Amino acid sequence: MLKKIFNWGLKKSLFVYHAGASACNNCDIEIIDLLAPRHDVERFGIVLVCSPRHADVLLVTGVANRQTAPRLKRLYEEVPKPKLVIAIGSCACSAHMFRDSYNYNQPIDQVIPVDVYLPGCPPKPEAMINAVLKALEKVR
Amino acid sequence: MPGFLFTAVMGLLATWVDRKVTARLQYRVGPPWFQPFADVAKLLGKETMVPEGASRLVFLGAPLLGLAAVTFVGTMLWTLNVDRSASFVGDLIVLIYLLTLPSLAVIIGASASRNPLAALGASREMKLILAYELSFILAVFTVVLKTGTLLIGGIVNYQAVHGLTITSLSGAIAFLVALLVIQAKLGAVPFDIPEAEQELAGGAFIEYSGPALAVFRLTRAMLYFILPSLLVTLFLGGIDVWFIVKYIAVLTLVILIKNTNPRLRIDQAIRFFWGPVTVVAMIGFALALAGW
Repeated sequence: MLKKIFNWGLKKSLFVYHAGASACNNCDIEIIDLLAPRHDVERFGIVLVCSPRHADVLLVTGVANRQTAPRLKRLYEEVPKPKLVIAIGSCACSAHMFRDSYNYNQPIDQVIPVDVYLPGCPPKPEAMINAVLKALEKVR
Repeated sequence: MPGFLFTAVMGLLATWVDRKVTARLQYRVGPPWFQPFADVAKLLGKETMVPEGASRLVFLGAPLLGLAAVTFVGTMLWTLNVDRSASFVGDLIVLIYLLTLPSLAVIIGASASRNPLAALGASREMKLILAYELSFILAVFTVVLKTGTLLIGGIVNYQAVHGLTITSLSGAIAFLVALLVIQAKLGAVPFDIPEAEQELAGGAFIEYSGPALAVFRLTRAMLYFILPSLLVTLFLGGIDVWFIVKYIAVLTLVILIKNTNPRLRIDQAIRFFWGPVTVVAMIGFALALAGW
């Protein structure tokens, strides 16, 4: 019963923390688009929070290079359970055009467990809403 | 317990009104009515994390202190409004003291969390209390002077006989001052300096997660109900049939101030409260002494 109430709460109220792992800002701007009046994801209870301690969902953008990979791992550990990770953009999913770069270390899903991959350069805001829905199917 | 449940439900609904009106003002749709309940339900079920090296007892005890104080204030305010003869000498002073406890809880919790940003938030919260408390007490005592009683029941009874406090000149001035002060007490925008999202990343609450954060949010939500009700009691004739209209009016004023102003720096906030606001509060006090 309590579990049911909690799951309902989790589905209706997602606090999102935006972890930019050296992205080119393109995906980041599309994420900000989500919160702006046109898409307004607060309708669904999705709110951007400023501390990983408050977060339920980690949005990772960009390639995890030698500098950001350990920090991303630490950030993931700071989020209280249960937590979801969404990799946003082709860079986060597969390193995209930076895979031959000198400072490319390892893909993001080898640093932290990723729940949903969302390719695109950048993905559309509608696709991001869909990704959150896909991530929510994992709750229960 | 009924007092707690009532204030909590009303407070959460009040924060929903706040979020919805904010959204409408920004040409957004805004969250559904159950949003604050979902937030609290979710946070209560999450993992509690205590930062390394933080004092466990103080870190987790501080939110409960604030919640206990707010529950007590809410129960007292409503009991005394409904049963006016139950007033005891100095209940208004007890209320003023208890209303500083939620801010103190934020300071204690933030200081225990061992985070530099939280420490900065705590120091700002402390300065903010120092800034607004004098004008708040002046505004409240203008009402006391006007009605000639320290009892909440007495103040409500006086207004039932002699008309609302706000209709007199000194009462109107005191209401204005008190409105600005509850803005700061609620941590609403021009004075949300302790938790400034952009610079302090949540400030005082940065290390809180799960149930402890839920308790802090609940405390804040209950303040959204209690502080406007206190203003209604002191200036607008207490809790009667028209209470909901008066309450919504005060809440709307708070939300409008919140949405039309940028955040002040802490030094600007202190200068604002110790300068113009205190002077205006003193003028109101003097007018009340002169019988206006």
